Parts: sequence; structure tokens; C-alpha cells
Amino acid sequence: MKCEDLLKALNEYVDGQIDPAICDEFKEHLAGCNPCQVVVDNIRSTIALYRDGQPYEMPPEFHERLRMQLRDKWQKTFGLASE
Amino acid sequence: MEPSAGDPDHELVTRAKSGDFAAFEQLVARYERRVFATVWRIVRNREDAEEVVQDAFTSAIEHLAKFREESRFYTWLMRIALNHAFKRLQKNKRFMSNVDTTEESSDSYSDLPHPQFIAPWRENPAVLAEQHEFQELLAETLDQLDEKYRAVFVLRDIEERSTAEVAELLGISEANVKVRLLRARLQLRERITRALGDESRQMVPHHDHE
Repeated sequence: MKCEDLLKALNEYVDGQIDPAICDEFKEHLAGCNPCQVVVDNIRSTIALYRDGQPYEMPPEFHERLRMQLRDKWQKTFGLASE
Repeated sequence: MEPSAGDPDHELVTRAKSGDFAAFEQLVARYERRVFATVWRIVRNREDAEEVVQDAFTSAIEHLAKFREESRFYTWLMRIALNHAFKRLQKNKRFMSNVDTTEESSDSYSDLPHPQFIAPWRENPAVLAEQHEFQELLAETLDQLDEKYRAVFVLRDIEERSTAEVAELLGISEANVKVRLLRARLQLRERITRALGDESRQMVPHHDHE
């Protein structure tokens, strides 16, 4: 396996979904190729940091505002009787 | 498309379709936070996220009668929200002059960008995660990513959805999801490593060896 081939199999390796036969070749390449090992480490850290990062929580006041707007829309679409 | 037989929302959807707003409100309450978080990650600012989420639920009301339950309600809703999010990004682009157009977007493996700056990071990721400046760097780097790569990275890597689900949500093939994810990961790695890589330990790749 060359660095180029490694790049194409990178996702499957990082996600643990790689074909076991290719995985052995991948690991063998990494053992002898420091730059590729560092790239794999960098990518794993990048994913982990984004995953544990900002939670992007919905502002509490937005819930009520949304509910009121949707109620108006609902009444226009389905009529006033629907509650 | 998945059959909707196992949709946990089937009963609420049926009631909502018959005009029951309380049932629709329950669906909103069930999914608004998840939809909001995804949309915010994609449109990159809270005000736009609020408008997009509002537009998405409004569209859901408009089209509810025509929803044939060929996919789960949640999938259908998220697709509507993502479409509104992409529309918003297109609209914003028309007012922006600083859009990064240096990255040619492609869905092929043939011209993958090779890692350029290769170095271990100067600090341990666990330490970095605690730093406010680092969280800003993560946000800015995600902002700069082409939206089609960003959407796949958000849905697959941050929200941990399956390749099949992301393909369904974005209306693209699983092969495209995979290649876009790889491009997203490579670009994010490159940019973050340029900011954080230890120059004294920088490595030069040798592409020719086995």
C-alpha cells in the first residue's frame, strides 16, 4: 500500500469499518510511515474535538416564539376549529 | 426509502393530518432541538438558524397533507429543514464578497488533496478542548468549509448519523457521502494543523514508498 492508497481507505480505517485484509496492509504502512501516522492521528483528534465541542442549544425563548408562529400558520391552513 | 410502518411518529402524524394541532405540537417538541442544532451547525449563525427552523416547520404544515409517509416523519422534516438551510446559505452568499472560492469542490477520489502540512499538534487535544480560542478556531474552520462538505461532516462526524441516513437526508448517493466526508476531514485537518501543528516536528511526506 502506498500513501495514495492509504488516503482513499482513510475513512474506513478511522471509522473502524475497513476490510480486515486491507486493515493489515494499512497498519503495516502506518508502522513504516510516520507522516501518514500523524495524518491519521490529526484526523482522529479533529473529529473527536468537533464531536465534543459546542452543543448548539436552542434558545429557550425560541420555543415559545416558534409555537405561536406555528399556531397562526396552523389556523390559516387547517382553520380555527383545530385545537 | 425506508418503509414508514415502524415510524414511532405514525400515530401523531395521522392525528396531525386530521387537523389536530396538539399532535403537531408534540412532533415539534420532539424534534425542534435536534433540527435546530443541525441547522445551526450548517448555516453557522443563530439568527439564521431560528428563521430556517421556523420556515421548515411552516413548510411541514403546508405539505403535511401530501406527506405519504414513505420515509419517517423525522427524516422528511429534516430534509425540509436542510433544504431551507441550503437556500439560506445561497441567499447569504449573494450578499457576501469574502466567500472562499479557492477550494474547488469535487465528488471524486481522483484529485484528493494530499496532506501538505504534516506535524503533531503542539498541545494535547484534551487540553485544547478546554480553551476558548481553540473552540473559536474550530468554529471558524468549519465556517470556511464548502457547504456541501460541511453538511456531510456535521451529519456524519458530529451528529454520528450513518452513511445511509446522510445519503437519504441530502438526496445523494452513499458513495458521494463517503468522498465528501473524506474531503471534509482532510480540509479540516489541514487547516487546524496549520494553526496548531508543531513546526519543529513538521514532516515531509514521501509518496513513492510502499
